[in-house]
Amino acid sequence: MTDHKTSKEQKYDRQLRLWGDHGQEGLENAHVCLINATATGTEILKNLVLPGIGAFTIVDGHKVSGEDVGNNLSKPKVTCMLNDVVLILQNRAQAATELLQELNSDVSGNFVEESPDKLLDNDPEFFHRFSLVIGVQLPESTCLRLGSVLWDAGVPFLVCRTYGLIGYMRLIVKEHTVIESHPDNALEDLRLDQPFTELKHHIESYDLDSMEKKDHSHTPWIIVVAKYLEKWYSEHNSQLPKNYKEKEAFRQLIREGILTNENGTPEDEENFEEAIKNVNTALNPTKVPSATEDIFNAEQCENITSQSPSFWVMAHGVRDFVRNEGNGKLPVRGTIPDMIADSDKFIKLQNVYRDKAMKDAAVVSKHVEALLQSFGKPPESISEQEIKLFCKNAAFLRVVRCRSLAEEYSMDTFNKDEITSCMDSADSEMVLYLMLRSVNRFYQQHSRYPGVYNYQVEEDINKLKLCVNSLLQEYSLNVNVKDDYIHEFCRYGAAEPHTVAAFLGGSAAQEAIKIITHQFVPFNNTFLYNAMSQTSATFQL
Amino acid sequence: MNLLLLSLFREKKRRRIEELNENMVVDGGSVDHTEWQGRWDHLKKFLERAGPFTHPDFEPSTESLQFLLDTCKILVIGAGGLGCELLKDLALSGFRHIHVVDMDTIDVSNLNRQFLFRPKDVGRPKAEVAADFVNGRVPGCNVVPYPSKCIKCKFHIVVCGLDSVVARRWMNGMLLSLLIYEDGVLDPSSIIPLIDGGTEGFKGNARVILPGMTACIDCTLELYPPQINFPMCTIASMPRLPEHCVEYVRILLWPKEKPFGDGVALDGDDPTHIQWVYQKSLERAAEFSITGVTYRLTQGVVKRIIPAVASTNAVIAAACATEVFKIATSAYVPLNNYLVFNDVDGLYTYTFEAERKENCSACSQVPQDLQFPPSAKLQEILDYLTENASLQMKSPAITTTLDGKNKTLYLQVRTFPTCSRLVIFKLGLVDGQELAVADVTTPQTVLFKLNFIS
Repeated sequence: MTDHKTSKEQKYDRQLRLWGDHGQEGLENAHVCLINATATGTEILKNLVLPGIGAFTIVDGHKVSGEDVGNNLSKPKVTCMLNDVVLILQNRAQAATELLQELNSDVSGNFVEESPDKLLDNDPEFFHRFSLVIGVQLPESTCLRLGSVLWDAGVPFLVCRTYGLIGYMRLIVKEHTVIESHPDNALEDLRLDQPFTELKHHIESYDLDSMEKKDHSHTPWIIVVAKYLEKWYSEHNSQLPKNYKEKEAFRQLIREGILTNENGTPEDEENFEEAIKNVNTALNPTKVPSATEDIFNAEQCENITSQSPSFWVMAHGVRDFVRNEGNGKLPVRGTIPDMIADSDKFIKLQNVYRDKAMKDAAVVSKHVEALLQSFGKPPESISEQEIKLFCKNAAFLRVVRCRSLAEEYSMDTFNKDEITSCMDSADSEMVLYLMLRSVNRFYQQHSRYPGVYNYQVEEDINKLKLCVNSLLQEYSLNVNVKDDYIHEFCRYGAAEPHTVAAFLGGSAAQEAIKIITHQFVPFNNTFLYNAMSQTSATFQL
Repeated sequence: MNLLLLSLFREKKRRRIEELNENMVVDGGSVDHTEWQGRWDHLKKFLERAGPFTHPDFEPSTESLQFLLDTCKILVIGAGGLGCELLKDLALSGFRHIHVVDMDTIDVSNLNRQFLFRPKDVGRPKAEVAADFVNGRVPGCNVVPYPSKCIKCKFHIVVCGLDSVVARRWMNGMLLSLLIYEDGVLDPSSIIPLIDGGTEGFKGNARVILPGMTACIDCTLELYPPQINFPMCTIASMPRLPEHCVEYVRILLWPKEKPFGDGVALDGDDPTHIQWVYQKSLERAAEFSITGVTYRLTQGVVKRIIPAVASTNAVIAAACATEVFKIATSAYVPLNNYLVFNDVDGLYTYTFEAERKENCSACSQVPQDLQFPPSAKLQEILDYLTENASLQMKSPAITTTLDGKNKTLYLQVRTFPTCSRLVIFKLGLVDGQELAVADVTTPQTVLFKLNFIS
């Protein structure tokens, strides 16, 4: 049997190593909608087309004619390599679609030459078919209308904006579950504080004191720590080393176990050095992480129905395990880090953990089956593989809930505390958020953005300042927005410089991939990028 | 199908540009065929308007745009994941004189992110294909490709999108060697700013280096920890992980069995080679009851593959291009001087000022300190040069002056008489001896001062 790679596997090799074949499958089954093929929009889409998104549809009603030259949004400009200069003048949606398709023949592209407002008027259900809708450079009113439709339909919505040197993203999704969050620095699940039976037996099979040097030096550090822990327990009333002093003493106890040669000098036993180094983390008490606890206590986990997504059914199953067979602990993860040891000892130890993980997963499976049966669903509706993956990631589960735009904008529910406390520092990225809200007001009042033409810059500063003040007043926000920012936002003239669009293009595309694949954790829920200072911040508004 | 579309576009473009020229309102814009009204409006706002956050040296004028379009010369090093993005970003930000270096050819696995390339381009030199694409799509832009190392021109700014620390250090050293000091004072006109970007999976960084003024690559060498190789005893006799099995086949079995003939080296890009390594790795793994060897893992270990996606490269290249723009136009104060990015969990950025190292081996101009007892062997000095985290040399060659004559102490060439076991005072080296060290990590020799300790 040859393991001959298909050309798609070759092409996508570098990204398959990040999200796996199943992640890629999710991507290839997705259909994304982009509203407005501006520089930002096409950059986002390019970064979705290249990794092989299944399909995209561009919604863009912009057609430029001679008269429109002068209106900022439809001015002919090559701010994006993927919008051929001439075709922008005719039909942005079509031009972008053709050029984006050309980037990857696996992807199917469509376009609708219609403004989103018209679609919302005539056929709001048009948007229901998408895995995700990305709205770029949208006026506030359109944003809010679309936000409401998508919220009710349960379609995730990603709002993106490039405004001068500022990038803005807002994610709106009611409930986004993540099994594979791939945390950067995960603690190991070694159970040294409460070894399960099979692990206990395995540890007992070692007798360090009677070992030859070769075996002694190639015993896995996990066994070493476990053995010395037993010694410690006998002298400390079966209590784990708790503070720094005790851990130091414990490390010393292990150090004294290093073999010495005839002259009394300690031998070179790397495995013992590893044991000493790992004392700090190896003795952490095994417990359910708070994020997972929150998931167990969530209403969706408690009340399982035939409509419940498999995430919650499995969560309930694991919760049942924790409360019963698990004795307050999650199913064993089943992996151990590499360590100095001979092959035989390492593999045997690894198998002890692996076998226990399989056993625990099987018990969870039984709970899940029972649950499924209780509302008439076949046990195959959630596969063994899914349950195993869930158990392996039980300590890393995440649920992200991003508030609706309505909640963000409403006088009753807007996040006053977050805004006010951030604005204690006058140059916090929060001021950029307030400025974007203010230019939206300006647009509402004047049907244009401030400072588009040189002659407008001066006089618009005062007009924009009025918008800022009215915004702050309306929301009773007792914060100070420096005049410099008002001036700067007039200066921007609603420009969409390419490098800022490209930064946002990469950022937004990856967030979209997170939403689609349910791997890695999306931001919650407002992201601001300042290209002047090369800084960014995330706020939960 | 592509060709048909392309020619259609070209024809439409030609007709439309003619139309435009007829209707064009002359508003300070040029009337040649590569310009049309409004083309650079998004840039003009930053170049022709005063603002509260601009660089103290900034003065609004129409000349900055002309400088970008007509004069500013940028060198882009690398036409891969970062390079493709950089070329596009710069071309669409008004830069027209761009030179790009890359000695690599296009591979299928590049296509998921190096978007200037198409399946039909596989095998062709990256620099050439990248230049062709940009020149064809961005009217007026002139990207000059260098598929080899030979670059003669002088540049205003250098941007790196490299995948190797050694290459970065080399570029860093090159720009440092161009600095001119008059009476010990640095002539600022000899400074060529270096913008450096790097990515790995979902992590990336972008930094601004003003050679001779700010922290250079070598000042912060500890930020690039050396690649960890598995210990030989693990590979040879105590494998535990599937990776150990693959390394066994690559390092020990291949040279022994010479499966594709005498002297045929393992080529990670040859699927038949990888297939052989994969099979043998499976056998090795079976011997030790190790699971997890797959074709993908095998190739990953052999080629030292780093996972990569379009999005991270887009972000880092964009940040770099923004800095190029700021420096070229003095529109804003540039990044000072290091940006870190990670979007595994939400989006995280961290910006800080990396500090210059007082005794940096590349940019400090002071001889490096070496402290050894006179009874130490030359090999100990060599080990120090390669293993020290701040030096990380690869294969240093050492020369010195003895009895008024230049003498080579060590060269990593088979024909050079081995003297690394010789004790240094027996070689005639004295306390305070100056040693000149050459290495692939630096274009200029590094001066060391040998101090004897007891």
